[in-house]
Amino acid sequence: MSELPNELRYAVSHEWARLDDDGLITVGITDHAQEALGDLVFVETPSLDSDVEAGDACAVVESVKAASDIFAPVSGVVVDANGRLTDEPELVNTDPYGDGWIMRIKPEDPDLIEDLMSAEDYEHMLAEEEDD
Amino acid sequence: MAMSSPQQQTPLNARHRAAGARMIDFSGWDMPLHYGSQLREHAAVRSACGVFDVSHMGLVDVTGDDAEAYLRRLLANDVARLEDGQALYSCMLNADGGVLDDLIVYRLRQGRYRCVVNAANRDSDQDWMRQQLCGFNADLRLRDDLGLLAVQGPQAEGILAGLIESDLCDAIRSLAPFHCLERGAWLVGRTGYTGEDGFEVAVPAAQLAGLWQGLMDAGVAPCGLGARDSLRLEAGMHLYGQDMDAQTSPLVSRLGWTVAWQPTGRDFIGRQALATEREAGPDRNLYGLVLGERGMLRQGQQVTLTERDGSGSVTSGGYSPQLGCSIGLARLPLEPGEWVTVQSRDRQLPARVVRPPFVRQGRVLVSTGQGNADAETDQCFP
Repeated sequence: MSELPNELRYAVSHEWARLDDDGLITVGITDHAQEALGDLVFVETPSLDSDVEAGDACAVVESVKAASDIFAPVSGVVVDANGRLTDEPELVNTDPYGDGWIMRIKPEDPDLIEDLMSAEDYEHMLAEEEDD
Repeated sequence: MAMSSPQQQTPLNARHRAAGARMIDFSGWDMPLHYGSQLREHAAVRSACGVFDVSHMGLVDVTGDDAEAYLRRLLANDVARLEDGQALYSCMLNADGGVLDDLIVYRLRQGRYRCVVNAANRDSDQDWMRQQLCGFNADLRLRDDLGLLAVQGPQAEGILAGLIESDLCDAIRSLAPFHCLERGAWLVGRTGYTGEDGFEVAVPAAQLAGLWQGLMDAGVAPCGLGARDSLRLEAGMHLYGQDMDAQTSPLVSRLGWTVAWQPTGRDFIGRQALATEREAGPDRNLYGLVLGERGMLRQGQQVTLTERDGSGSVTSGGYSPQLGCSIGLARLPLEPGEWVTVQSRDRQLPARVVRPPFVRQGRVLVSTGQGNADAETDQCFP
């Protein structure tokens, strides 16, 4: 069973988001997503200072198995991207909620994060996908 | 996903699951994709030793007074080249020269052969092989009483020999590539699908778990189909259904070397169509591609020549851990030039054309840089 920290919020497209003390939202992909993708070999992080709408494809992770878009879970401006992933894409596999973070977004409105799912709801969604 | 038919399992299914394997459906078989990390498994085979459960492959014994004559009709390569205890790679063609399957055939002794065929073609191959039996005094028997393990990597010899009783141990150490030895129901062949030294070991299903456990205890890495695919691709080996199929002949698949034209009197199935095609001169072949920049070659991508008009497509693609970039095989017009362009999602990626294999025995054989690759890439292909 994959790990699902309670303090994070989750998107249907398998990103997680965390509102930090500085008002920025850190984004990565879930443990479930990295497990499904398999070993990552490339991560294309988003361009800095780009405006994104919630649901915009703004980064790409490529695994031994497939390429997958990463969608902005909230609208705002991308203010930071995890440069370590260029040389160490495996961080997304080994530490998806920590060193494997992908980008930080300055949200239009910090409350937007409430539109995302709780860990419990996301877990429920995964269980339903499993049944399909 | 609803399954149309129940999935088949190898005798090791529970062990794969207990070892944490991520399982996938492969041609109706429930098989391990990886046991945590495909890249680690790939590295284990290149540097030490890994084992693959390939019991989903079909083992078909061909016996009888006409077994040799039958196989000389059935296969594009010629089993008359084999002595007892030798193996041969061959395509099995339809009358149009299309590839029905690629297989390894072992000559166990006179009048007794074993074919190892792809899992995806187990049923269709048997139907075809049965249809061709007419007029030959030969019998076919699917050996689903046996399991098959591929033990691969530079340490495979020492580890396998260490697990097996002493009289067989020396025989394994001195076994030459593409040779096999049989003891009771065991068959050990020095073959594989990784580009490394290694063995394929067929044993009775009931003894499979014991051998597997022995290999685990010796520190051999369990490896899934993911690593099997990246290893074979680096080794420039073909995957049936992607790199060739019933619509493509060996001549456009860089498999012309497996067709035995001599003796001219041997009328193997597909010979006439192939001879016509050869006469006309095939206009395509399989080439290796190395992607210079980040991105991934994937099956089905369109390839455009840059030095002249012409296009083709990627038949197999993926990440090469050994090269640190993506590699692939593509069917292209002859003399495609040194650089081509690959359409990957919304991008045009430049790829270098090379001659496979990319890697053999842990050594990179192609250039990934901007320099001239020809000198080092031309020497290794049969």
